[in-house]
Amino acid sequence: MSNNGSHIISHQNNKAAKAFLLLALSYLLLGLVFGLLGALQYIFPEFLKANLSFQKTRPLHVYLVITWIFTAAQAGIYYYLPTIAGRPLYWQKGVWLHFAMQSVISVVVVSEFFAGSFGGREYLEFPPVMGLFILLSWVPFAINFFATLKPKYKTAPVYIWMWSTGILFFFITLSESYLWLFDFFRNNMIRDITVQWKALGTMVGSWNMLVYGTGIYLMEQLSGDKKAAYSKLSFFFYFLSLTNLMFNWGHHTYIVPAAPWVRMVAYIISMTELLIFGNIILQYRKSVTTARKNYHLLPHRLLTFADIWVFITLILALIMSVPAWNYFTHGTHVTVAHSMGATIGINTMLLMASVFFILKKENALSFQQYRKWISSGIYITNGSLLIFWLSLLASAVVEIKGSISNEIFFYVMQKSLPYLRVFAYSGAFLFIGLGILIITSYKIAASKTQVKQKTLKRTFSFSPEQTVGVKDH
Amino acid sequence: MKMVIFIILFVAYITYSAVVYTKGTKSNIQLPETEWAKVNRGKLLYQQYNCTSCHQLYGLGGYLGPELTTAYSDSLRGETYMRAFLKNGGSRMPNFHLADTDIDALVSFLKYVDQTAVTYKHK
Ligand code: HEC
Repeated sequence: MSNNGSHIISHQNNKAAKAFLLLALSYLLLGLVFGLLGALQYIFPEFLKANLSFQKTRPLHVYLVITWIFTAAQAGIYYYLPTIAGRPLYWQKGVWLHFAMQSVISVVVVSEFFAGSFGGREYLEFPPVMGLFILLSWVPFAINFFATLKPKYKTAPVYIWMWSTGILFFFITLSESYLWLFDFFRNNMIRDITVQWKALGTMVGSWNMLVYGTGIYLMEQLSGDKKAAYSKLSFFFYFLSLTNLMFNWGHHTYIVPAAPWVRMVAYIISMTELLIFGNIILQYRKSVTTARKNYHLLPHRLLTFADIWVFITLILALIMSVPAWNYFTHGTHVTVAHSMGATIGINTMLLMASVFFILKKENALSFQQYRKWISSGIYITNGSLLIFWLSLLASAVVEIKGSISNEIFFYVMQKSLPYLRVFAYSGAFLFIGLGILIITSYKIAASKTQVKQKTLKRTFSFSPEQTVGVKDH
Repeated sequence: MKMVIFIILFVAYITYSAVVYTKGTKSNIQLPETEWAKVNRGKLLYQQYNCTSCHQLYGLGGYLGPELTTAYSDSLRGETYMRAFLKNGGSRMPNFHLADTDIDALVSFLKYVDQTAVTYKHK
C-alpha cells in the first residue's frame, strides 16, 4: 500500500501519534472509572455522597470520555496524515506542543472538579477560562492538519471533507457555547438555553465528523475499495449530515422556549435522518457480505459493531424526534440510552477500530499474541452495552408512566430501581470489556522492542508492509 | 460544485444563527430591578454548585435528580418543597449548607425559569 518513502515518513511521526493514542486511552480508562462510580451512586444513595457526589463524578466522567473521543480521533489523524499527504507533518514540534497543552489542561480540569470548582454548564462543567485553553490547544492540531494536507477540496475524498468540517465546527461551536459570558445572552434564559442547545448539538456533530471520517478512511484501507470515498452517494450523505449538524441541534429541542419556527426547522431537518436510515437498509445486503468476509479482521469487526449501533441509535433518535413522543421521552433515561449507544456503540467502536488498526501496523506480531483478548473484549463490551442500553430504556418506561400519572420523583426513582441495578451491574461488565481492550492496547504498544527482536528472527523473509497485510487467524 | 454547496450551507448557517440569536429568542418577561439582581445571582450560584450535574433545565443536565424547569409551578412541588431540599439536601442530593440569601436567589432564578417555560407546560 505504501511505498518505502512514505513508510519512513510515517515512522517519523509515529512516536507523537502513538503518545496521543495512549493519552486518549488513559482518558477513556479514567472516564470509565468515574462513570462506574456515578452509576453506583444511582443504586447506593449514600455512596461517596459527602466528598465525591454525582456533582463531581458526572463532570469527571463527561469531561474524560468526551476528551477520549476527540483525542483518539486526533491521534488517528496525526498518524494517517503523512501517508495520505505523502509528506511529513508540517510542524512536528506542534504535535508535542498540543500534547503538552492538553495534558496540562486535563490535570487542571480534573483537579478543579475534585476541589469543587465549577463552571456549571452542560458538557463544559469546568470554569470558563479552561474553555479558552482547550480552544488554544486545538490550534497546533488545525495548523498541522491544513498545512500538511494542503487539501484540494475539488478532488479530495469525503473523509478529508469530514475532518476539515469537524475541525472548523469545533472552533465555531466551542466559541458559541461561551456566548453566555455576554449579558445579551446570559440575562435572557430563553436565549441562553436555545443557544446552548444549538451550540452543543452542533459540537457533537463536529466530533462525529472527525470520528465518522476516521471510520470511512479505515473502511477504505481495510477493504481496498478506493472509489467509495469519492462517490456521489458518499458526498450526498456528507452534505446531508452537514445540514443536520448545522440545523438539527440534538433531539429534544421542542421544549425549548424559542420561537415556534426554530423548533419546526429542527424537526424537519431531523426527519432527513430517515434518508440515512433508508440507505442503511438498502446497503444492508452488501454490507453484510463484506462484514462476513472480513469478520476475522479485528478492526473490521469493530466497524461492524459500530454499524449495528448506528442502526439501533438511529431508530431511537427517530422515535425521540417525533414531537408528541418527545414530550414524554425528554428528561428521561431514554436520552441517556441514546447518548450511550452513540458514544460507546458507535464512536468508541470506530475509534477502537482505529486504535487496533494502528497498533497492528506498528506491531503486527504482538497484536497477534493478544488476538483472543481483543476478541473477547469486543464481545464483552457489546454484549454488556446492549443490556446497559435496554436497562436504561426500561427505567425510562417507568419514568414515562410516572410522569403521565403525575407521580413524585422519589417514587418513580424507587420503582425504577431494579432496572437501575441492572444498569449499574452491566456497567461494571462494560467497564471490564473496555478495560480489556484498553489494557491490551497498552501492552501491544509497550511490547515494541521485545517484539522487534522476535520479528527479526521469524519474519526475515518478508517486509513490514507484508506483515501488516498478513491475515490474522 | 461541492465548494459552492458548502458555502451556500455555511452562509445559511451564519444567517440562521444571527436570526436565532435575536428574533428567535426574544423574551418579554418583565421583572423589577431588584428581582433581576436576585435572578442573576441565583443563576451564578446554580452554575457554581454545578446543579446541572444532577438536574436538567429544558432537558440539559444530568439525570440523577429531577428536572427543575417547572418545579416552581408544579402542583406537587412548588416553593416550600424546593426550599426544603435546598436547606437540607435529600437522600441523594447533598446538603450544600447554603445561606438563606443564597436559597432566596436560587428560588428566584428557578421561578424565572418557570416563567419562561410556556412551551413546556401542558397541564
Ligand atoms: C448530587 C446530585 C445533586 C446535586 C449536585 C443537586 N441536586 Fe437537587 N436534588 C437531587 C436529587 C436526587 C433530588 C431528589 C431528592 C433526593 O433524592 O435527594 C433533588 C431535589 C432537588 C429539589 C426539589 C425539587 C424536586 O423536584 O424534587 C430542588 C429544588 C433541587 N434539588 C435544587 C437543586 C439546586 C438548586 C442545586 C444546586 C445548588 C442542586 N439541587 C444540586 C440531586 C442533586
